[in-house]
Amino acid sequence: MFGKLSLDSIPYHEPIIMVTAAVIGIVGALVVGLITYYRKWGYLWTEWVTSIDHKKIGVMYFLVALVMLIRGFADAIMMRSQQALAAGGAEGFLPPHHYDQIFTAHGVIMIFFVAMPMVIGLMNLVVPLQIGARDVAFPFMNNLSFWLFAAGMILVNVSLVVGEFAKTGWLAYAPLSELQYSPDVGVDYWIWALQLSGIGTTLTGINFFVTILKMRTQGMTLFRMPIFTWTALCTNVLIILSFPILTATIAMLTLDRYLGMHFFTNDMGGSQMMYVNLIWAWGHPEVYILILPAFGVFSEVIATFTKKRLFGYKTMVWATAAITVLSFIVWLHHFFTMGAGANVNAFFGIMTMIIAIPTGVKIFNWLFTMYRGRIQFTTPVLWTIGFIITFTLGGMTGVMLAVPGANFVLHNSLFVIAHFHNVIIGGVVFGMMAGFTYWFPKAFGFTLSEKWGKRSFWCWLVGFYLAFMPLYALSFFGAMRRMQSYEQTEWQPLMIVAWFGAVVIAMGIACIVIQLIVSIRDREKNRDLTGDPWDGRTLEWSTSSPPPNYNFAYLPKVDSIDSYWEMKQQPGGFKRELATKFEDVHMPKNTAEGPILSLFSLFFGFALIWHIWWLVGLGAIGMFVTFMFRIFNKDTDYHVSAAEVEKTEREYHKRLEMQA
Amino acid sequence: MATDTLKQHDAHAHDGHEHHDAGAMKVFGFWIYLMSDLVIFGTLFATFGVLATATAGGPTSQEIFELPFVLVETFLLLISSFTFGLAVLAQNAGDRGAVLKWLAVTFLLGFGFVAMEVYEFHHLIAQGHGPDRSAFLSAFFTLVGTHGLHVTFGLIWIAIMFFQISRQGLDSVTKPRMLCLSLFWHFLDIVWICVFSFVYLMGAM
Repeated sequence: MFGKLSLDSIPYHEPIIMVTAAVIGIVGALVVGLITYYRKWGYLWTEWVTSIDHKKIGVMYFLVALVMLIRGFADAIMMRSQQALAAGGAEGFLPPHHYDQIFTAHGVIMIFFVAMPMVIGLMNLVVPLQIGARDVAFPFMNNLSFWLFAAGMILVNVSLVVGEFAKTGWLAYAPLSELQYSPDVGVDYWIWALQLSGIGTTLTGINFFVTILKMRTQGMTLFRMPIFTWTALCTNVLIILSFPILTATIAMLTLDRYLGMHFFTNDMGGSQMMYVNLIWAWGHPEVYILILPAFGVFSEVIATFTKKRLFGYKTMVWATAAITVLSFIVWLHHFFTMGAGANVNAFFGIMTMIIAIPTGVKIFNWLFTMYRGRIQFTTPVLWTIGFIITFTLGGMTGVMLAVPGANFVLHNSLFVIAHFHNVIIGGVVFGMMAGFTYWFPKAFGFTLSEKWGKRSFWCWLVGFYLAFMPLYALSFFGAMRRMQSYEQTEWQPLMIVAWFGAVVIAMGIACIVIQLIVSIRDREKNRDLTGDPWDGRTLEWSTSSPPPNYNFAYLPKVDSIDSYWEMKQQPGGFKRELATKFEDVHMPKNTAEGPILSLFSLFFGFALIWHIWWLVGLGAIGMFVTFMFRIFNKDTDYHVSAAEVEKTEREYHKRLEMQA
Repeated sequence: MATDTLKQHDAHAHDGHEHHDAGAMKVFGFWIYLMSDLVIFGTLFATFGVLATATAGGPTSQEIFELPFVLVETFLLLISSFTFGLAVLAQNAGDRGAVLKWLAVTFLLGFGFVAMEVYEFHHLIAQGHGPDRSAFLSAFFTLVGTHGLHVTFGLIWIAIMFFQISRQGLDSVTKPRMLCLSLFWHFLDIVWICVFSFVYLMGAM
């Protein structure tokens, strides 16, 4: 009836898991209770869950990412605590099988359920506004993408309490992830969580690629697009070309595990190296999927707060394009030690080093933009400067790793851990936090507390250096990654420093939470009615905050880079005047089909993990029927009447005048 | 080309508030989806290329491939692509009856293809040459089976299209969908030509 699932699947004997589950249960019950008490279920359903508004979907992505950041960080601090304790024969507090799940979950969560939704969330919020569009190309698909992603996220969290998660590392290298060595459900959770959210991501990639190419407003040629939109475009190209590799690779691993095939097994001709090649053929572009939009954020932030046009717009675009292409021909540097031969290693080593050139171009562009600019040291600028320094350092250790000879020594050591946290925290996290602070007022109509934003930045910056610089040093002493315990007591002091760094980062995360609470409390004081709190340069700042659901009453016309800024510079400046005549606006309708289909996909995935075959069938049929419902649904869009648009716009202008 | 056809024929459906031609955008989006699907096939082809000789003492490709059988399969699919082309031509002429007729013919040909493939798979498995026998057979069954699964989805889609067009005719909803389905069907043809050349022909030699 319930396949492999039984009451024994719940780890009662693990106090850490049970306490965590209890805390999640209490917080969850509290949230549910509050929503019920304030009678907000209907509001949540109509305004958020079924919403196809790209701005709300963006906010939901980011919210999930922040919650998952706390979950992923809890894993991180447990690992740092374990390594700070488990020296010289001490066992620490985490047994190996639990420790292995934690480092796997940490990687999977931080990449797939924190960094990805942050990037996709920002893209959702910003890209249509920047190109002067009213929505994305396929609004229903956008909602579906989010809920498929959410289904994957839920599966990962369910694995905490029901069964276990993979113990294989975040990429589930075969043959360790094969049935022979991982007979439990952990790898199956990994498979279906990634498969569901990965399909959601592929759909997002297609959606935004078409949006950017087909829905730009009049006059916005490709080389007048804001840099963030450019980086989003390149990221979507990478998603479209690389995520299918992940889908196919995981599918093959699934066939090995479920149907006894031999793609990556030890015996019967399976090739484990094929797995490693395939997973990194996706995995390397993936890191650029994360970092390119962060580069875009920094470009917007630095131009806005230095009050200058970005230095070298065109070189910035070409550098982004170059990185996009190069990211597909470097994957082998993740396993130089495979023994592919000197020539192959040399090729991939050189290609990897070449990526430093376009990245360097970008760094200099940002520096030259700041040069003789009137820099305002706001929170986003602090994140940007912190990024430039930290990322440059991380980039250089990356070039060191790209030397095959050196790589043979450094492979699988803490050096690798320090390097990629150096670029992912210093690049992606800093970038997403900069973007979060920068665009938050666009989404909600009030600015975030600068004081707590800056505190968060300093905690993250100092915490990062304390947590990861010791790992570089430790790697030279021979410390490897993924150690549950180690013999050498002389490593322990540095491990404790690293632990302390993680504590400082925890304070940084706490500052983000406090920043949100304080800012929401003081929202009337920090209200921005103009829609342009930073004196911005690009189109998203030309509409109100939060924008009406149709974004622009009239689609703007563009005739240069930073067109909105140019409008403001004309004699008389840009005036937010009320139009004299309004038109009906054609908009897509909210729909429950996305969340319902994803709910069935969640059943489908869960049932496959536990071999509950009737539920697999039910989930599949449910997905199909919901999809058919969508196909034959003719009631998918509506017109916002001119009168309604006029009313909304008039109300906005009344508030503007009152403030003036 | 498909996009251009759509633009001409849907020009009247373009109202003043729609600044982007929704039908053309759907077809463009579908092109992009096909390109990503192509990457899935590319991954499976690469894997087959690597594992083609990993027979682990089991049968080799020379021993199990029957080219005449596969050639019949191939022609069924190629002809079905031609008949789908006729369906699209009928759509451009606005002839609903002919669209339905050619869709039905395409369905039967596609069904024949899938039936033959199922027979081939069943035959191999019955002989003990199933996908769990060796890495080569895993890769073979998965590559060919993924294509077959796509054709099966195409058949379901054709059935739905048939139902929808007979119910609501050729309008701004069904026409772009027909063009997407046509792209999908021709795409599967191209993939099959690669399967036939690289898997069967090169494998049998």
